[in-house]
Amino acid sequence: MVKVVFIEPAGGEVSLDATEGWSLMQVATSQGVEGIDAECGGSCACATCHCYAEGEAAAHLPPPSEAELAMLEHVVAERRPSSRLSCQIKATPMIDGLILRVAETQS
Amino acid sequence: MIERAMVIVGAGQGGLQMAESLRAEGWTGPIRLVGDEPVAPYNRPPLSKAVLSGESGPDTLIIRGPDFFAKKGIDLETATRVAAIDRAAKEVVLADGRRIAYAGLALATGSRARTLPLPGADLDGIVTLRTLADALALKERLAGARSLAVVGGGFIGLEVAASARKAGVEVTVIEAVPRLMARAVSEPISAWYAALHARHGVRILCSTGVEGFLGEAGRVAAVATSAGPIAADVVVVGVGVVPDDDLARACGLACDRGVVVDECSRTSDPAIVALGDCTARRLPDGTLRRLESVQNAVEQAKSGAAWLMGKERPFIATPWFWSDQYDVKLQMAGLSAGHDRSVVRGSPDDGAFSIFYWRGGRLVACDGVNRPQDHMAARKLLDKGVSPSPDEIADPAFDLAAFVRAA
Repeated sequence: MVKVVFIEPAGGEVSLDATEGWSLMQVATSQGVEGIDAECGGSCACATCHCYAEGEAAAHLPPPSEAELAMLEHVVAERRPSSRLSCQIKATPMIDGLILRVAETQS
Repeated sequence: MIERAMVIVGAGQGGLQMAESLRAEGWTGPIRLVGDEPVAPYNRPPLSKAVLSGESGPDTLIIRGPDFFAKKGIDLETATRVAAIDRAAKEVVLADGRRIAYAGLALATGSRARTLPLPGADLDGIVTLRTLADALALKERLAGARSLAVVGGGFIGLEVAASARKAGVEVTVIEAVPRLMARAVSEPISAWYAALHARHGVRILCSTGVEGFLGEAGRVAAVATSAGPIAADVVVVGVGVVPDDDLARACGLACDRGVVVDECSRTSDPAIVALGDCTARRLPDGTLRRLESVQNAVEQAKSGAAWLMGKERPFIATPWFWSDQYDVKLQMAGLSAGHDRSVVRGSPDDGAFSIFYWRGGRLVACDGVNRPQDHMAARKLLDKGVSPSPDEIADPAFDLAAFVRAA
């Protein structure tokens, strides 16, 4: 199991065990983390699972694809260098301990 | 006195959104989410893609885990059919005779795959794709199949074709009209996709009518078409859907190829809203629009939840859709039907381009192929009613993102 911490828009911290191979969006929504809409179900088609990747493990994330970068240009909340779409991050041992701060708004 | 519940009939993505939005709108009473499928609400779009190709297991489709329903106080009842709606008593009658009293009722009954009433249509091996069970059964059939015939060159048919090619199955797509996805995209996009599928070895027969199905020992062996018989051990019929408005009709709600709703998802009964594939939305100009999309279900659910809590939240955002075939993402914003001008941005030869459409000088739609930046930009511009000129869009140096920011 891979540990990932989500910080909800209202400030609540939720520490979750992520199944390897699942996207972090799936991990978060299946366990009811607040603030992630994920309307398109993980197709990189809607930009409503926007999070900020924080913590040491963020450095181990594979960089965003071109498609993800293009969608990130249009997130509704502030785009920062740490902005990611959580549906495009897979749970792997490399990212154990990652902190994802859920963007304050998605649409 | 028993406490009346908010009752949602249909536990798909829209029904689930309805339940969550009711909580977000401040409803603290009971919520009953009733669905006839045996599983919790799941994402339907991957059924024709990642599920068929085996990239995603069914467990990854489930939108919310059991803890979530407990935490939100949403009472989910799966594998349960609703038999009738008693509007006078404000009760939903379940197939087993139980009655649930409602304060507000939401119909999220979705749609059924349309079938073809043709000779041989009941042969084994002829299937449709709508539910998780359908997808898993089809995946198993494809694993042992040599050839697949897809009837219907729309999104579902073409996504199935792409997934089957990944599995090494021979595929023929049979489409009645002269081009693919004709209801959704313009001619150049159709032509580009025909070439894409041909490159992947799919045989495409447009302007070809299906006359029936031929079988051996009760199993399908071929599709009889106006172009002759097409051999196939599996046939997927993807010719659209029929809105599931039976319950609404039976209780006297206004229906017209779907439950008629307004922009706030209200039906002809103020205590009942409807959302998603089962609806036909009345637009301000009086016309009816049927949309079968995730966005439509989710937005109508949000509007319906607001109304049941006494608030008007009209759904007026630009329609958007997407389709994944092979490694190509098609994203559509707005409705291009009736456009009088179109311009290509990007390069069709390089596999990344968009077509923008105008009517009377106003931007009305954009179809993007592997151009998510154009899609998102177009959605924002369409929502704001701001139109770049065709010359600007045609200019590769035009900074569309900056134009959107300034709009």
